[in-house]
Amino acid sequence: MALKFELVTPEKLYRSDDVYMVVVPGSEGDFGVLEGHSPMMSTLRSDASLEIYASQGATPEKLSIAGGFAEVNENGLTVLAERVIEAA
Amino acid sequence: MASLKALKIRINSVKSTQKITKAMKMVAAAKLRRATEAAEASRPYAERLEAVVSSIASKVTVGPQSPKLLAGTGKDDVHLFVVATSDKGLAGAFNTNIVRLARKKAEELKAEGKTVKFYTIGKKGRDGLVRSFRGDIVHSIEPGDLGKLSFADVQGWAEDLTARFEAGEFDVAHLFFSKFVTVLTQEPTQIQLMPVAVSASEGAGVSASVEYEPDEEEILADLLPRNVAVQLLRANRENAASEQGSKMTAMDNATRNAGDMINKLTIQYNRTRQAAITTELIEIIAGAEAL
Repeated sequence: MALKFELVTPEKLYRSDDVYMVVVPGSEGDFGVLEGHSPMMSTLRSDASLEIYASQGATPEKLSIAGGFAEVNENGLTVLAERVIEAA
Repeated sequence: MASLKALKIRINSVKSTQKITKAMKMVAAAKLRRATEAAEASRPYAERLEAVVSSIASKVTVGPQSPKLLAGTGKDDVHLFVVATSDKGLAGAFNTNIVRLARKKAEELKAEGKTVKFYTIGKKGRDGLVRSFRGDIVHSIEPGDLGKLSFADVQGWAEDLTARFEAGEFDVAHLFFSKFVTVLTQEPTQIQLMPVAVSASEGAGVSASVEYEPDEEEILADLLPRNVAVQLLRANRENAASEQGSKMTAMDNATRNAGDMINKLTIQYNRTRQAAITTELIEIIAGAEAL
């Protein structure tokens, strides 16, 4: 019951984790990704934040990202972002 | 034969040179580790992006509305060589090898009647090309320390290059850099930067049921300029690692040569000293015998 989530920036592999759910700020609206999501690709709104739920019902961890792209395939979710700003 | 004092001075000067080259080698080794880490860290992003771009690109049919970065300008008369080198020398054949490859390719293209222009990154690349292609260098960038280069810096260059491409200044852009294989081997490499080179086989593996949001064309229009920046970053990261690797080898050689030289000079110094002593003894003995 875990979603494989990877956040990659040009500088490094920022995160590689197993999480419960990630809410991705797509350019045509936010969408939540759970395990077994159908394959899709989407560009991201700039200066939006990514919400990461480590487990069901947990408080989400928010990460601000700028300029990016998300891909969901059978291996999980990969977010390519140009910059990541850790929310205070 | 050189006097004892002159020899002593030379030995000392070679010794201090050796100290410098040894220190430079150690600095290069430390920087090399950081540079290879950075090069490896930027690899996942570049690989993912490349896979995504070529998988979408193979699905989109190229038409007049397609982004120029994908479809190209329809000609290949004017080639732009983006030659990435470093600002500083003292790194063995690192810069020379990149410049040599670029020059060779430029001459081949010129022999076919094409126009070649240069866009140089790094002082050494410009210096190496300016002699044979003075009028063809359209722009030069001095990046400073390659190890400290950030994505934001590279993005600026990518935007400039993309704008020049959109304005029709050139039809095809090639990127020259040195690929870091091991500390001892760096390979001067050429890749096509614009338009995007799509490998047909790669896209075939992706399942057709992928949803796109927004549609493929828009994603592509968003990703292609980013791809240029990422390729540039990757090239510079590889260059940074290659430069330090090359520098380390060069400085190691220099240290060893200085050691050999010190040995040779020391032998010469001792011989000269012995000869002087012998002469002195002969003089004393001859003097004593004369009495």
